[in-house]
Amino acid sequence: MGTIYIDGKASEADPKQNLLHACLSLGLNLPYFCWHPAMGSVGACRQCAVKQFKDAQDTRGRLVMACMTPAAPDTRISLQDPEAVAFRAGIIEGMMLNHPHDCPVCDEGGECHLQDMTVMTGHDYRRSRFPKRTFHDQYLGPFVYHQMNRCIQCYRCVRFYRNYAGEDDLNAFGISNEVFFGREQDGVLKSEFAGNLVEVCPTGVFTDRTLRRHYTRKWDLRMAPSICGHCSLGCNTTMGERYGLLRRVVNRFNSEVNGYFLCDRGRYGYEFVNSEQRIRAAQINGAPTSVTEAKRRLSSLVAGGQQLIGIGSPRASIESNYALRRLVGKDRFFCGVSDGEWERTRAMVEILQAGPARSASLRDVELSDAVLILGEDVTNSAPRMALSVRQSLRQQSFETTQKLRVPLWMDDAVREIAQAKRSPLFIAAAGATRLDDVATATYKAAPEDIARLGFAVAHEIDAKAPEVPDLSGEMRELAATIATALTGAKHPLVIAGPSCRSISVIESAANVARALCDNGHSAALSLIAPACNSFGLALLGARPMSEALAAVQDHGDATLIVLENDLYRQLPAKLVDGYLAKAAHLIVLDQLGNGTTAKAELLLPAGTFAESDGTLVSNEGRAQRFFQVFVPEDGIKESWRWLGDQSWSSLDDVLSEIGTEIPRLASVIGAAPLSSFRIAGAKIPREPHRYSGRTSITANISVVEPKPPDDPDSSLSYSMEGASIQPPAALQPFFWAPGWNSIQAVNKFQSEIGEALRGGVPGVRLFETSTGGGYFDGIPNPFTRRTQEWLLLPIEHIFGSEELSAHASSIAELVTEPYLALNPADAAGFLAEGKPTVVEVAFGGLKQRVPLKVLAELPSGLAGIPAGLTALCGEELPAWCRIERAS
Amino acid sequence: MLTAEERQEIEVELSHYPTKQAVCIDAMKIVQRHRGWVSDESIRDIGELLEMSAGDLDGIATFYNLIFRRPVGKHVIMLCDSVSCWIMGYERMRAHLTERLGIQMGETTPDNRFTLLPIVCLGDCSHAPALLVDNELHGDLDPAKIDTLLEGCE
Amino acid sequence: MPTEKPLTQSIPAGGEALSLQGYERLGGYQGLRRALQMTPKQVQEEVTNSGLRGRGGAGFPTGMKWSFTPMGADAPRPKYVVANADEMEPGTFKDRYLMEGNPHQLIEGLILAGFAIEADVAFIFIRGEYKLSQERLARAITEAYSAGYLGRNILSSDYALEMYLHVSAGRYMCGEETGLLNALEGKRANPRAKPPFPQVSGLWGKPTIVNNVETLANVPHILEKGAKWFQGLSLTKDAGTKLYGASGKVKRPGLWELPMGTTIREILEEHAGGMRDGVRFRGVLPGGASTDFLVEEHLDVAMDYTSVQKAGSRLGTGTMIVLDDQTCPVGITANLTHFFAQESCGWCTPCWSGLKWATKILDAIEDGQGRPGDLDKLSYLSTFWSPGHTFCALAPGAAEPVQSALKFFRDDFERHIHEKRCSWRS
Ligand SMILES: Cc1cc2nc3c(=O)[nH]c(=O)nc-3n(C[C@H](O)[C@H](O)[C@H](O)COP(=O)(O)O)c2cc1C
Ligand code: SF4
Ligand code: FES
Repeated sequence: MGTIYIDGKASEADPKQNLLHACLSLGLNLPYFCWHPAMGSVGACRQCAVKQFKDAQDTRGRLVMACMTPAAPDTRISLQDPEAVAFRAGIIEGMMLNHPHDCPVCDEGGECHLQDMTVMTGHDYRRSRFPKRTFHDQYLGPFVYHQMNRCIQCYRCVRFYRNYAGEDDLNAFGISNEVFFGREQDGVLKSEFAGNLVEVCPTGVFTDRTLRRHYTRKWDLRMAPSICGHCSLGCNTTMGERYGLLRRVVNRFNSEVNGYFLCDRGRYGYEFVNSEQRIRAAQINGAPTSVTEAKRRLSSLVAGGQQLIGIGSPRASIESNYALRRLVGKDRFFCGVSDGEWERTRAMVEILQAGPARSASLRDVELSDAVLILGEDVTNSAPRMALSVRQSLRQQSFETTQKLRVPLWMDDAVREIAQAKRSPLFIAAAGATRLDDVATATYKAAPEDIARLGFAVAHEIDAKAPEVPDLSGEMRELAATIATALTGAKHPLVIAGPSCRSISVIESAANVARALCDNGHSAALSLIAPACNSFGLALLGARPMSEALAAVQDHGDATLIVLENDLYRQLPAKLVDGYLAKAAHLIVLDQLGNGTTAKAELLLPAGTFAESDGTLVSNEGRAQRFFQVFVPEDGIKESWRWLGDQSWSSLDDVLSEIGTEIPRLASVIGAAPLSSFRIAGAKIPREPHRYSGRTSITANISVVEPKPPDDPDSSLSYSMEGASIQPPAALQPFFWAPGWNSIQAVNKFQSEIGEALRGGVPGVRLFETSTGGGYFDGIPNPFTRRTQEWLLLPIEHIFGSEELSAHASSIAELVTEPYLALNPADAAGFLAEGKPTVVEVAFGGLKQRVPLKVLAELPSGLAGIPAGLTALCGEELPAWCRIERAS
Repeated sequence: MLTAEERQEIEVELSHYPTKQAVCIDAMKIVQRHRGWVSDESIRDIGELLEMSAGDLDGIATFYNLIFRRPVGKHVIMLCDSVSCWIMGYERMRAHLTERLGIQMGETTPDNRFTLLPIVCLGDCSHAPALLVDNELHGDLDPAKIDTLLEGCE
Repeated sequence: MPTEKPLTQSIPAGGEALSLQGYERLGGYQGLRRALQMTPKQVQEEVTNSGLRGRGGAGFPTGMKWSFTPMGADAPRPKYVVANADEMEPGTFKDRYLMEGNPHQLIEGLILAGFAIEADVAFIFIRGEYKLSQERLARAITEAYSAGYLGRNILSSDYALEMYLHVSAGRYMCGEETGLLNALEGKRANPRAKPPFPQVSGLWGKPTIVNNVETLANVPHILEKGAKWFQGLSLTKDAGTKLYGASGKVKRPGLWELPMGTTIREILEEHAGGMRDGVRFRGVLPGGASTDFLVEEHLDVAMDYTSVQKAGSRLGTGTMIVLDDQTCPVGITANLTHFFAQESCGWCTPCWSGLKWATKILDAIEDGQGRPGDLDKLSYLSTFWSPGHTFCALAPGAAEPVQSALKFFRDDFERHIHEKRCSWRS
């Protein structure tokens, strides 16, 4: 830290940063556009001008762009200097010459950074009498709506989309005051992170297309902090609701997890909450029933003396899983996922808990300088992580940058210096991945061979790690290259996960991480979990499903309770049919109708993330709390409430009971403050100060303003009144500050821009490194292909493979049709001349007809089907299958 | 499809630069030299060769002045509209040309013979006003000289 | 006293290019031979001592620019030298003359610049419209390769240099040295932030120097005849000769190589023959479109960097555009501003937005639609484009004619607004 002088006042500033960063960190209001905390400075908009003085004697000074000037010690600047003030107002005037004055009909209105900055600079009078330029707007797909006339040419969109997210179908066209930002032709944006444009664009050029269908101003949204449930990364989100409809999801800054960005599955998946498939009322044998009746039936079934069998869920909260476990007893609580998945999940938790490598947060991923990915296409299985991996690729080039004394925030210069130099990234996967284009080397192989490569890398790093028998020269060479890259890095990282359905792949990753750590490298390990709370469920503990059938059978009159879990997606259909047929009674709690709910005797409507409170454990091992944004009008309740009945009066009770019952989950209660937490005696309002219509929202029903619903479970209130200072980060319902109505208000909640929120980092980490354990030695034999059979593997898709988000209407538009993929040589035998080919896949007595798709990167001998998208999705894969051309 | 000749010319350029992208402007100009303009199809073909997206190429093409993304006539006339020519009678020359050709600046004659475009200073200021016909420079213009030039174009 | 004209005296009168043999006969490539006996640092010093300043407009000392390049075994490689032959400043036509008339002079200068910074590759970045220059340079480069001036072991020394001609697709911004680098890399020619300066991180992140054609054309003569000789060519303390030009309604528009510091009056009256009959002198843009107007009172200003600056303008490219009394000062200002607005790369707000606004105001005034207050807006805009306010020097260049026109021809602007018409257009 050094001292800089701003308008005569001495302040502390980080000399490695620029003046804009410094001023914002000090809480000063300095307007800006082209700069972005995660994307650095390019000096295009000229909005952040300040007066800089050479020394204490200099009274004239000169204008500089704060974002392009280092905050070097002893720097003297003025924000209030009249010339600087006038210049900043002039910049806004320049932008407003063309910007349509359409705020009332613009979706960005009320949370527009341009609006904020215009007010901030005091520009309020149009001096130009000339017409504005106009553009054609494009169709960009189901997520992002385009209105080019509002553009102010700050270049943030293309910088995010191209430089940060690495996709190339968004460009700047033309020059002068008619630069057009869009695609070469109308069409769906290719990037899985396109939705961030909505937040990155400081005005209404790119807006949320799904919000448009049920539009509400930010100030009219009731908001609550939530955790994304659509993969295992646990990105922090803010949900917004009005009139009982979930309106949108935006990013909620968490310095350790998602930072400033979300993936499109996470941003747009929310619409499942409003889906037609929602179970909104309890049902008995398919017929709607009242809450009272449902409760009565539930207690009679539960208390009826029959054997209770509970099936938990990797997508339900710890609390709900715990409630079920408590109800049925821990010996009759089953995990709800296939034995394979359960084994892999537990192994991953074990590795992260007992291994020497740090469980990587997304920030750790971003800061690593050499990455090995084993068996995952992260963009499709844990999407936000791909964005972090992309940033990690810049780390090694920063050395040259520093040598040339170019500060890291000088974005264009730093990229220019880096050129094509990238930190090493190695990807071994069973097919193409969306990061292949930036990988140092890729290796496409069957799961066995991916694992063997991993084991070989570990052995290269540490001779004590088991040696891979019959290693080919080629693989040894690759392993050596990878080992050299990892050991040469300051922060090497290994990523693996369950996509290959192979525990060996996971164990081999653990070996690499251990080999690195044991040899003095500070390695991190990131293991992707199958679902948003897989790790929470594993920590809670449950019995494997293979034992559940026996349990059902043992008691001919068992009552089966299935918690938020479509068993047909987890287990072979035949097996599920068996379970369900054998049980005397079936109680299902869920949010959306599915194969399992269809068979329920008693179906209970479970709250979604938007309607419930609970805790999830992310793949990092971070327990994070989500809070309901609204109380549903119907009988929808948190599953833990249904199952706990009257035993608990609030979530706190559940959590403290979990703490005593399951010591390894004791710290989970600390993921967010207790419901008794108050700021100066007040709760934290979910509604912003300007929330309108409170007194008239139900005026069509009654003119009396109803009492806002109580919320016994959290210290958030259903009102606009309450604490006005910054709450602990986990309770931050939205970012809003005086003069800062846009999402960029987040600046005001950080003590240092881009760093942790002043209220802390949301969540608690459950995994810490340990020195115990040893190497795994279950090295598989090499994969050998068969002549008439193919090894069938699932292929993850960001849109469609995850159950709930697939029900969001925008995402549904992008879900791929089912297919069976083969590599070109393998496919050749089946292809029909010139027309689409349909094949029949057969294995384990099952048959499925699907169109054949040729995938160049798929290794020969493997076949792929989209995960979660076919009737086969519950089958345990990989499996050897036969393929025939369907007649 | 790029012709073998176009491809070969692009390959020559490729040998001069450390990146493929460096050649993209040349590549578009090579195609334009052969075909008069750069169509969407050519953009895609060049993109394939240089491993660039169509959007990348079009973003670059639309930055520059001399890459035509729309068809032009057989003869392209570029009339200098910069300061020295403006002083020396640019407006009269423009009026004469637009009248003779029956088109406005930026347009192509219906018979596709001429396209008339403005151009910045041609570095022929001591012989202003000046223009280019098919890249050949002509200075000291007057209406009579323009007429002769037009007649010289088949 | 016959003045020496090192840059132009050997250019054939008939419009032909000087051949390689002709060039060699007149002392061509002797500078290179001499330099190859020296160390690169010595070559840099010779050029520094000569006092040569950049002829591209900014007047930066050439030797000093070169000296910022990292040298020696640890320096990043490859290093690049670039001849900036993008000449597009309205009213400027000097580089074209040099390239068409004596392409080898530029090539030799570029090789010397390359040797001085131990460059590996040289580019001549030439604008697309300069077809004849391109043809002649392309031929000359081939000749230079055959004669052993380019390629490996140049003139049996250890020095190697490859040289390529890069033809631009056209934009004024490509002349700005960092915009040029982006253009060469096949990107949109937006300017780059400095620092890092191109000498440190230029083309593809490698050390690169960019010099104007005329600047480079001087270098062979400096190396051949020495820094002292070069200093002696000038009438003032800015060394060398300068290519001066005049366009507009003068009797003999043209280009002359004269000692640096020749007065405006001498150039316009003696060399350009004075104003045409029937028109009177009103003002002059001394160094291209992006310089401030000077008027009658400035006629005795010496055309060198310091004097012109003192008079309130810039030497710029040294090619003058003369405004006469039959030409509308508002119209010429509008024309100039249109050029800059159209060529703005669209990167920084004062430039892309402010210039467009200025053109609309100027057009309105010229069309008789001007309003009181318009001139205030224009003078406000011209400060809006001050150096440092914008990302690069394009908009500050655009400000110069506007602010000086408002100063010297204010009455004309006011009359337009007042009379709601342009009196030059009846
Ligand atoms: C908008 C703009 C256009 C320019 N165009 C040219 C040009 O066409 N030719 C040129 O030599 N310099 C041009 N310059 C100046 C260059 O940026 C650079 O200063 C020059 O090439 C350096 O060469 P010198 O030091 O030999 O003068 C331009 C500058 C600006 C800001
Ligand atoms: S002054 Fe700004 S917009 Fe103008 S050309 Fe330079 S960078 Fe581009
Ligand atoms: S934020 Fe500093 S110039 Fe745009």
